[in-house]
Amino acid sequence: MIVGEQKPFEQIVKLIERYRRVLVAGCGTCVSVCFAGGEKEAGILASMLRLEAQKNGRPLEVLEQTVKRQCDMEFLEEMTTKVGQVDAVLSIACGCGIQFMAERFQDKIILPGLNTKFIGVTLEQGEWAERCAMCGDCILDRTGGVCPVARCAKRLHNGPCGGSSGGKCEVGKDRDCGWALIVQRLQKLGELERYAEIIPPRNWTTSRDGGQRKVVREDLKEQGRIEPR
Amino acid sequence: MTESTSQHTPFEPRLVAFLCHYCAFAAADMAGSMRLQYPPNVRNIRLPCTGKLDAGHILRAFEEGADGVMIAGCEEGSCHFLKGNLVAKSRVNWVKTLLAKVGLEPERLHMYNLSSAMGPRWAAIVQEHVERVRALGPSPARAPRPAKSEATK
Repeated sequence: MIVGEQKPFEQIVKLIERYRRVLVAGCGTCVSVCFAGGEKEAGILASMLRLEAQKNGRPLEVLEQTVKRQCDMEFLEEMTTKVGQVDAVLSIACGCGIQFMAERFQDKIILPGLNTKFIGVTLEQGEWAERCAMCGDCILDRTGGVCPVARCAKRLHNGPCGGSSGGKCEVGKDRDCGWALIVQRLQKLGELERYAEIIPPRNWTTSRDGGQRKVVREDLKEQGRIEPR
Repeated sequence: MTESTSQHTPFEPRLVAFLCHYCAFAAADMAGSMRLQYPPNVRNIRLPCTGKLDAGHILRAFEEGADGVMIAGCEEGSCHFLKGNLVAKSRVNWVKTLLAKVGLEPERLHMYNLSSAMGPRWAAIVQEHVERVRALGPSPARAPRPAKSEATK
């Protein structure tokens, strides 16, 4: 899932201080699961903003609404009424949701209430960690199911580097060395000979280096355009 | 009470209490049966367990004009649902940090633990929290109350 984290409250207060009517827009998918931007968080944030404004004698009306996903137009449609009632929208979806809101509601100010962190997993309740860096050309088959792009600070494809010590990364001792994990896993699988294979330089145009990416499925597009006869 | 007279009367805090069905609510009931006197400033809301308590409920109480909120759950180790009161304890501590962020004194929110047999303790903790909030004064985030209609005066 996409993991996000709400911006510091003082920063959010600053973002909306010019507006009198604000909609806190939550997203019911990824950021809901990581307790950052779902229905519950939208309610809590809206309450906090109202309390802060009441305390400081600032007129502020805060509406709240959470849709299933802010990255799909059909769900954004549900927000049309409330968006029309406010000066600005504070979206606590990931960066995709925030931008799609801005695309759908062209004449409305859309503000980000959340920082999108990474694509990750839930390690335990309250702790999430990055696992995928969206490089666009998966090599997990060669690395024992541990991604060197996401889990090595240097994205080394033939690691580890000299900074690996006791299985930890020199960037931070709280972080595992991705390549130590790869070697351990290959060992467990009895496939350590794979470690000897040199991974050649990658074509990074499938990653961010190739510019904005797009996936197109013509068959689905065609099906989506079918009108009932 | 009109605004003009309220300026001359001592501040009476408005409290909302969230009570666990299995302990504090029964204790409050017992306090009533025992004819114990305690401040009438508190409005009780029964929960199936304090673990049901949501941060939003507490914040909403403050938004609606509460000067203080108290949470009363089972004694630690005695939760009917094993760990609901411990979850509530963690949640209350977190909400205290949220209150500080919006500029409210975290002391306005307090969690107590008691058993269903503690009627006198219920009366005592209500008294304690009323006094605590009275000392803090009215909530700075108290929304102005709409003027009462003639019918409700």
